[in-house]
Amino acid sequence: MRSDTDACRTMSSFSAALTDADLPVPDGVVGPDGKPAPKRFNVYRNNVIVSLTEALAQTYPAIERLLGEDYFKALARSFVTEHPPTSPVLLWYGAEFPDFIETFPPLRHYPYLADVARLEWAWLQAYHAEDAEPLDPQVLGSVSPERVADVRFTIHPAASCISSRWPVFSIALANRFCLEDPPAIDLEQSESVLVARPDLEVGLHPMRPGADLFFRALETHTLQEAANKALAEISEFDLSGCLSDFLSVGAFSGLGPVGAPADRST
Amino acid sequence: MKTKVMSAAIVAGAVATAVAGISLPNTASAQAKEKCYGVSLKGQNDCKAGPGTTCAGTSTIDYQGNAWTLVPKGTCETMELPGDRKGSLTELDRDLPKA
Amino acid sequence: MTSSPHSPTAVPRIAPDVPARAGAGLKAEHVAEILDTRPAIGFFEVHAENYMGGGGAPHRQLQAIRRDYPLSLHGVGLSIGGDGPLDRDHLQRLQALNTRYEPGLFSEHLAWSTHDTTYYNDLLPVPYTQVTLQRVCDHIDEVQEVMGRRMLLENPSTYVAFDRSTMGELDFLREITRRTGCGLLLDVNNVHVSCVNHQSSAEAYIEAFPMEAVGELHLGGHAPDTDDDGRPLLIDAHDRAVDATVWKLYERVLKRTGPLPTLIEWDNDVPAWPVLQSQAQAADRILERVTGVELKRAI
Repeated sequence: MRSDTDACRTMSSFSAALTDADLPVPDGVVGPDGKPAPKRFNVYRNNVIVSLTEALAQTYPAIERLLGEDYFKALARSFVTEHPPTSPVLLWYGAEFPDFIETFPPLRHYPYLADVARLEWAWLQAYHAEDAEPLDPQVLGSVSPERVADVRFTIHPAASCISSRWPVFSIALANRFCLEDPPAIDLEQSESVLVARPDLEVGLHPMRPGADLFFRALETHTLQEAANKALAEISEFDLSGCLSDFLSVGAFSGLGPVGAPADRST
Repeated sequence: MKTKVMSAAIVAGAVATAVAGISLPNTASAQAKEKCYGVSLKGQNDCKAGPGTTCAGTSTIDYQGNAWTLVPKGTCETMELPGDRKGSLTELDRDLPKA
Repeated sequence: MTSSPHSPTAVPRIAPDVPARAGAGLKAEHVAEILDTRPAIGFFEVHAENYMGGGGAPHRQLQAIRRDYPLSLHGVGLSIGGDGPLDRDHLQRLQALNTRYEPGLFSEHLAWSTHDTTYYNDLLPVPYTQVTLQRVCDHIDEVQEVMGRRMLLENPSTYVAFDRSTMGELDFLREITRRTGCGLLLDVNNVHVSCVNHQSSAEAYIEAFPMEAVGELHLGGHAPDTDDDGRPLLIDAHDRAVDATVWKLYERVLKRTGPLPTLIEWDNDVPAWPVLQSQAQAADRILERVTGVELKRAI
C-alpha cells in the first residue's frame, strides 16, 4: 500500500460519487478558479451512466424496443448502479441483466422479458465466440452402427440453447431480427431456441419439442443416453429430426472419444 | 406412464436417417436467410455486434428516469397476455408447460 | 476442437508500419464498405477492447483490414492512471492482440477507468503529484515489459482539476517519458478541450509540449457546454467534424513536429464513411502544405 493516502482517497471518493448522484462532489475536485465544480464533475457522472446505458442498449435492443427508450434507460440506470462492469471488455458487460429484469418488481407483469434478454445475451456470446469448424455430418455417418449410440458430441463454442415457456423466438424476431416482417406472437406458445454460429452468421433456430433437453443432455451424456433423457420427458421427441437440425445449423464442432459401450440394461 | 426407450439400433437408425438427409453442412443457413434472421442482412449485422468502446465523453444527457415509477411504453404494451389475466403471475403459473 | 482456418495466427501484411499521414478510427458500421472499396487512407486505428472476444466477425474483419492497411492499436481500458495494480489479465489480452495483429503503433491513455473491481468506462482524470507520477511510470514500465514494445501515452481531455496536484500536466508528461522511455500521443482536440476548460492557452501548451517524444497525433470533434459559472466547458465527444480551432492547432503542431501519423476520431453519431474519409483527406492536405512533404496517394 502506498503512502499517498490523499490520492487514494481522492480516487475512492471520486469513483463512489460517479454512480451515486446522492453523494457530494469529492473534495478537491475543482474548476479553473480552484472552487468546487459540481457541474464539471457531473460530466464524468454523465459519461459513466450514459455510456454504460448505451452499451446495454446495444446488447439488448429487443428489450429496449419492448420497454420503450425512456423506460429502458431508467431500467439500465438502476442496473448500472447495482451492477457496474468489472471488466474493460464491454462485450462481456450485462450478463446479469436478464436476472435483474426477472427480479425487478415493477416488471413482474412482463414475465417473458427475462427470457428474451437471455436470448439476446446468447446471441452476443455466439457472435464473439471462438471460431470452430462445425462437425461434418459425414464424420458422424462414418461411425459404425454398433458404436454410434455411444458417441459424445463436442458442442460448438458458439452454440447454446434457450428454453422458455414464452414465445421468445417470435418476440425476438418481431423486436430485433425481423422488424420488417414481424411474426404474430401468441403468448400462450412456448418456444426454445438454438443459437449457433457455424461461421460468421449467428443463426437463431426454433427447436422441436424436447430438442432443448436433448441438446443440454448431450453436453454430458452419450447420444443414446441423451436421446432417452429427452424421450422420457417428451413422448413425441424426434431424434432423427433433432440430429438433422443440429448438424445442419452447426451445433457441434466434433465428436468426443467413443468410450466403451455403456450398460444398456435399460 | 411412459417407459419408451430407444435401443442402440434405433439410435443408429436415426443417425443414418439424419445424416442421409443432409447434403452439406450449413444448408440450413440458406433457409435462415429467407427467414430473416442471422446476418444475412449484411451490414445490419455489423451494427449488432454489441457494445463498442469509445475513448470519448458524451454530450448525451443522462435521462434520469426512475424505472420504479415509469410505465413501459414500448412494443410490450401491444402484447396482451392471454385471456383477461393481464399481469397476474399467480394466475399464469397455473398453465406453465410441464417442462 | 477441430483445426480451423481462422485460428489466431499473425496476419500477413503489406504495410507493417504506420505512415506519417492521416488515418481513421475503424468503426464497425464502415467495415463492409471499406473492405469493398479499399479507400486510399494511411492507416486504421482500432480500440483494442472491441477485439477481445474469442473469434467471429470482428476478428475476421480486422484480419482483412490488416492485410491491406497499417494498423494502430489503441487501448481504452487499461487504467494506467489507476491507484491499484494493472489488470494483468487485461494486459495479457492486449499483448495477445499485439502478437496477433502486429500493429505499427500501440497507445493508451493518461487516465484511470478502474477503481477496486469496478470499471467505469470513462477516461477519468489523474491528480498530478510525485506519487501518482511514480505509479503511472511503474504501470507504463510493466506495459512495455509485457508487450515488449514502446507505447505511446495520450494526453487527456479533462473537465476538472485537483487542488492537490503539485505539477502541471506538461511536466508530468515530460517526466513520464524521461523515466519510462515511452512515447506520447498528442491529441490536439484534447489540448483544445482541456485548455478551454481550464482557461489556459492551447498555443502555449503546444509550444511547451515535449514534441520529441510524440509518435502520433489525434484529431476529433468536441461538443460545447458551460460550467457551473457559465464559463465554456467543452466535452470531448468525438461526435462531429474537427473544429476549425483544432485544425489551426494541428498546423501549429506540425510546424514543430514535421509529418506524423494523424488519426481522425469520430466515435459518437458516426457519419457515413465518405464523411470520415474526407476529414482524413483534409488532414492530409494540411500535413502536405505545412510540412512540404508530398504524400503518395496509393496505399
